[in-house]
Amino acid sequence: MTVIDIRIELKKGVADPEGSNTKKTLESLGFKGIVSVKSVKCFVFELDMPADEARKAGEEYCKKLLANPVVQGYTVTVR
Amino acid sequence: MKTEDVRACVIRIEGTNCEDEMAAAFETVGAKAEKVHLKQLLGQCPPEMKRSLEDYDILAFPGGFSAGDYVRAGAIFAARIKAGIGREVRDFVEEGKPVLGVCNGFQILVEMGLLPAFGETMEDVPSAALYNNDSGRFECRPTVLRNDNRGKCVWTSDIPKGGLVMTPSAHGEGKLLSSVPDFTERLEGNDQVVFRYVTPEGGKAYYPWNPNGSPSDIAGICNPAGNVMGMMPHPERVLTAYTAADWSRGHGSEDGDGKLIFTSVMKYLAKR
Repeated sequence: MTVIDIRIELKKGVADPEGSNTKKTLESLGFKGIVSVKSVKCFVFELDMPADEARKAGEEYCKKLLANPVVQGYTVTVR
Repeated sequence: MKTEDVRACVIRIEGTNCEDEMAAAFETVGAKAEKVHLKQLLGQCPPEMKRSLEDYDILAFPGGFSAGDYVRAGAIFAARIKAGIGREVRDFVEEGKPVLGVCNGFQILVEMGLLPAFGETMEDVPSAALYNNDSGRFECRPTVLRNDNRGKCVWTSDIPKGGLVMTPSAHGEGKLLSSVPDFTERLEGNDQVVFRYVTPEGGKAYYPWNPNGSPSDIAGICNPAGNVMGMMPHPERVLTAYTAADWSRGHGSEDGDGKLIFTSVMKYLAKR
């Protein structure tokens, strides 16, 4: 069994309302010193395949479904 | 073909919620419309419920929140179609049959690679995205659209070039972005820009007349062949004057502005 992490994040310059909203809400709760908040999405896959195959499969998942290359970048990490 | 022979497939999955109005729109202009669940086209249903895409003349993607907008708006519906009936949809488009996507339907067409589709009928990876509104909120209000198409789009022939139509917008993600260099110029060059948001007087839109911050105020585009159109505002919600935003102030006609989209496509099919 191979476990991979897929991290989907917004490209630089793309507005992140979820992140900025989170920052605003935390500040309204009284937290101080937050410079910025970015929202990212992380998917954890358990795959029945060797590590090199799993990495390739993860990249295909990103291309076919998980990321839109216009606004999102992705990284696949084998644990 | 004859009006009464035209069959429209209004496709849905879980979370689609504008299929009734969309089907009614096609019925209003004389076509036979059927609300078809994707599973009926995939054959994952009792045999008598099975349907085949090639039996239809129009394919329409209604609005809603398909699959709960998980991953991204429209991404899951698009992926399921590509996986199950991708080839059939491509053939449908290449035969010149009309395809419409409204709101979530537009997001699905973009995620499927059927729009803007510069290089091929159905791109492997989307080259555009309908991203979060600049306001960071769901925007729901009447919007005024100008027909900027020079004649290629089969869905707008009944609207004069430069003519204005008022249709409601209701979306959280309608800002059309692309990583293609000179995106707007390429759309313009191919006559793929269909609708732009404008002010009620027809001038350059600003918020809230452009509800999402879409660059160049683009509200709807078509593919290079002109038979696939996606738009964020909802023409199917203004089939009659009685649901138009200005009905109590004298709309001037029994018909709503949105009906023109559907009469246009029937004229296109009448010539086929």
